[in-house]
Amino acid sequence: MTRRNSLVVIVILAIFAFALWVILPIDSERFGREGIQLGLDLQGGVHMVYKADLSEVEAGKEAEAINGAIAVIERRVDVFGVTEPVIQRQGKDRILVELPGVSEAEKAKRLVGQTALLEFRERVTDENGETKWVPATGVINGQEKALSSNYFTEDTYVDRDRMGRIILYFEWTEEGKKLCEQITPRILNQPLGIFLGDEPIRGEDDEPITPIVMDALERCSVIEGLSFNDASELSNLLNAGRIPIPLTPIYEQTVSPILGADFIDMSLKAGVIGIIIVMLFMIIYYRLSGVLASLALVFYGTLVLALFKLIPVTLTLAGLGGFVLSIGMAVDANVLIFERMKEEFQTGRTLGATIEAGFNRAWTAIRDSNVTTFIVCVILYWLGSSIVASAPVMGFALTLFIGVAVSMFTAIVVTRTLLRLFVGTRLARRASLFSPYIGKK
Amino acid sequence: MMFNIVGKRFWFFVISGAVILISIISLATFGLKAGIEFSSGSMMTVSFEQTVEQGELKQELASLGYTNAIIQRTGDGDFLIRTHELTSQDKAQLEDALTKRFGHLTEPEFNSVSPMVAEETTQNAAIAVAVAAIGILLYVTWAFRRMPNPFRYGTCAIVALVQDALIALGIFSILGGILNWQVNLMFITGILAVIGYSINNTIVVFDRIRENLIKGISPSFEVVVNNSLVETLSRSLNTSLTTLFVVLALLLFVGASIQNFAVVLLIGIIAGTFSSICIAPTLLVVWEKGEWGRFIGWLPLPRAKARG
Repeated sequence: MTRRNSLVVIVILAIFAFALWVILPIDSERFGREGIQLGLDLQGGVHMVYKADLSEVEAGKEAEAINGAIAVIERRVDVFGVTEPVIQRQGKDRILVELPGVSEAEKAKRLVGQTALLEFRERVTDENGETKWVPATGVINGQEKALSSNYFTEDTYVDRDRMGRIILYFEWTEEGKKLCEQITPRILNQPLGIFLGDEPIRGEDDEPITPIVMDALERCSVIEGLSFNDASELSNLLNAGRIPIPLTPIYEQTVSPILGADFIDMSLKAGVIGIIIVMLFMIIYYRLSGVLASLALVFYGTLVLALFKLIPVTLTLAGLGGFVLSIGMAVDANVLIFERMKEEFQTGRTLGATIEAGFNRAWTAIRDSNVTTFIVCVILYWLGSSIVASAPVMGFALTLFIGVAVSMFTAIVVTRTLLRLFVGTRLARRASLFSPYIGKK
Repeated sequence: MMFNIVGKRFWFFVISGAVILISIISLATFGLKAGIEFSSGSMMTVSFEQTVEQGELKQELASLGYTNAIIQRTGDGDFLIRTHELTSQDKAQLEDALTKRFGHLTEPEFNSVSPMVAEETTQNAAIAVAVAAIGILLYVTWAFRRMPNPFRYGTCAIVALVQDALIALGIFSILGGILNWQVNLMFITGILAVIGYSINNTIVVFDRIRENLIKGISPSFEVVVNNSLVETLSRSLNTSLTTLFVVLALLLFVGASIQNFAVVLLIGIIAGTFSSICIAPTLLVVWEKGEWGRFIGWLPLPRAKARG
């Protein structure tokens, strides 16, 4: 019995050492991972879900269109320099974009969601005398085509001309040149509108850029007047290619990285203070048993964190909430057991007999009562996985599940083993050390 | 030192009944304010450098056309603003206007949900709640299968659970009516966690009743239940206390973002502890003794008959 118990102590210590090795230091790169994975709400960043309009896509080519869009978004995000972005197809017609750690959320969103099609338009006056911009079109192979950045080669770049002005260079493809040859003569000495989406592109003075067509358009392969930032952004967009299908954002969550860091600090504080209060309570109320339960709680916290890292669990704020909650619930099994032990002591049993009887009798209650929490966790996890705003619910369900499962193990195995160490020692005769109210009777 | 908990059962029913009644009235009056996850829209956290009055902010938003904006104050210059779904342009304009009026602002969080996503989320959350209810019902039936009257035990456990959920909903409708608190996804998560937790406590008490019935400690069902309650009392209270400690720590330190969630847990743990000690087991006794008539007779003149 004692030898078996010593063996269990060694195993427990080994697990504890391993768990410590896994989690320390907290930001190590062991197993090729950088510390515990943090969700977007904790590290800040942008989470977008787009719905693709597949109505114009040929039947059977939907997946191709979505993958095309994903490839373009990936290229654009690369330029933006995001570490570990997630760009995924979700369901039939959705694209999930996660950009962790991004602080310029607006810029990032502009980059990702753009269809990035520069359209060239000519100004016409309609029958009512109103002027408006209409796409400049030409005919290729008998089909009318609008002149746009679809006819750019994908190697635009930004430079300065001899006067030091910012210019965006581009080059026409063969088809683009053909269109230009048809369009230029028509609108010679007239302004040319350049539109991104439905908005004209604007220069540093915030005025629309509308160069006057002076010469054959085919040589007009620069755009002047943009600010440097706008010109480089545009150039990057154009080079990454055009998203083949219209995307509409249907869900968005943006958290500033500063706030995310605050959340981590605050929940760590909550966790530590929670653990300390729970430990103090257990020690004051259950004395030496409480001290052992507190040791088990330390073991519990270490093991759960190690599991978070090994599985790996992406921690969110709600997930941390689940973890902190599970600390409070983790001692439940111990409380059940200690209360049983109290009753067993009152019948005059020895420490050894009390421990075994207490644990055996408490087991059914521990098992039955935790099952409901497991049921709820499983259902919440399913709910989380079935909705767009999945992270908080799934995070909570997962951490609570792991927490409760580990707590059953620590309460039953670790606390019992530690208690057994005292069996047969002189301390064992002093029941009041192990249980409240004993000896006062 | 033996508490007579079961003997005060009618008092507990009155307390519970009153709280439930208040909850229902509040739910009927204020209703619940659905968060953007369920009703679509945009929610932003804004932080002004200077102190801003909620009234002024509301006025400014109204003058910008956001007459239906819901504002929740979370600090001196910190607000949660909820509007209909904003496009990037709407949002930029709104930020500019607010900066002009109230000075520099930061926007730590922004969340926007389209009607399509909201509908999906609502539907799935409803399914999840229903499945959870059925799952727990099945489990309770199974857990109490060896009890003399499994159906009774199951029903009493469920009644206690419904009470907990109602109280949480009721308090949230009051918070929604007064402070503009909204029911979001984390609220639902909290309610489900509370339901799991509450049933957990009830099961521990019922487990002890079963054990004591088998042992045959007393021919009187009332005495058996009361003894079982007293024996498990310190466990019930201690477990609830440790959980309350950590929930309070969460509430105090993590603040606005999971406030809803922490408050639901707080309410649920308190209500759940009360119901698993004072309601579920005492209901069993009332049912066993068939004393509904006695309870109703007791009601109009509580003091005179309570001693009887």
